[in-house]
Amino acid sequence: MSQSTIKMRVKQKKGQIWLRALIKHPMETGLREDKTTGMLVPAHFINHVVVEANDEEVFSADLSTSISENPFLFIQFDGIEGDVVRLTWQDNLGNSDSISKVVGQK
Amino acid sequence: MNRRGFLQFGAVVASTSTLLRPRIALAKEIDAFQATTLDGVFGALSLPIPEISDQIKIEAPKVAENGANVPIRIISSIPGTTEINAIVSGNPKPLAARYRFGTKANAAISSRVKMRKTSDVIAVVKAGDNYFMAKTEVKVTLGGCGG
Repeated sequence: MSQSTIKMRVKQKKGQIWLRALIKHPMETGLREDKTTGMLVPAHFINHVVVEANDEEVFSADLSTSISENPFLFIQFDGIEGDVVRLTWQDNLGNSDSISKVVGQK
Repeated sequence: MNRRGFLQFGAVVASTSTLLRPRIALAKEIDAFQATTLDGVFGALSLPIPEISDQIKIEAPKVAENGANVPIRIISSIPGTTEINAIVSGNPKPLAARYRFGTKANAAISSRVKMRKTSDVIAVVKAGDNYFMAKTEVKVTLGGCGG
């Protein structure tokens, strides 16, 4: 099993789910010069994130190269223990990853 | 073709032209991320400059020591908020992110942005069919594009 790029915590607080996620990703702007080769490092960044709860989309984001390396996200939405929360990201080179957690379970 | 057929044909043409609209809207959204000026961002999003609202809160450091990693939190208490657009006015491409909230989600987002230099973090909120904005200046002591 390969390591996930996403660390996600979902916590139930008073009828809401607090979701904190940290996604491992270089978020290269395409403007940075590789110091050893002198060439520009090509842009490589997450451009889309979706959060679903029980297969229903609750949040989405279009991101750009102005988002910091290893994007961090904190959102809150209505939900209860037992809800299945999934976060999915895609990047401009066609990579993607996804993580699913049941609220209230480790 | 008789008159009825002609009118029906016209109705079909009129209805299919609306099918083209979503694709045109998508092209504009991509253009907004490519815009290099604030006016360009607003133009690409087809917005007039939105009115300032005190119901949008931007939490950001007054001084960011590391422009590569500036934590921001944007909260909209405008009813019916569906979108928060985060803009960094001093960046080469000012539109940083577009966040969309379903009905179950709070219109609030914490994120971390890159800031090339001292400039404004601007939040443009869509609530219903209306747009509102707020801004706050963040001083950057070390620019954030890895250069």
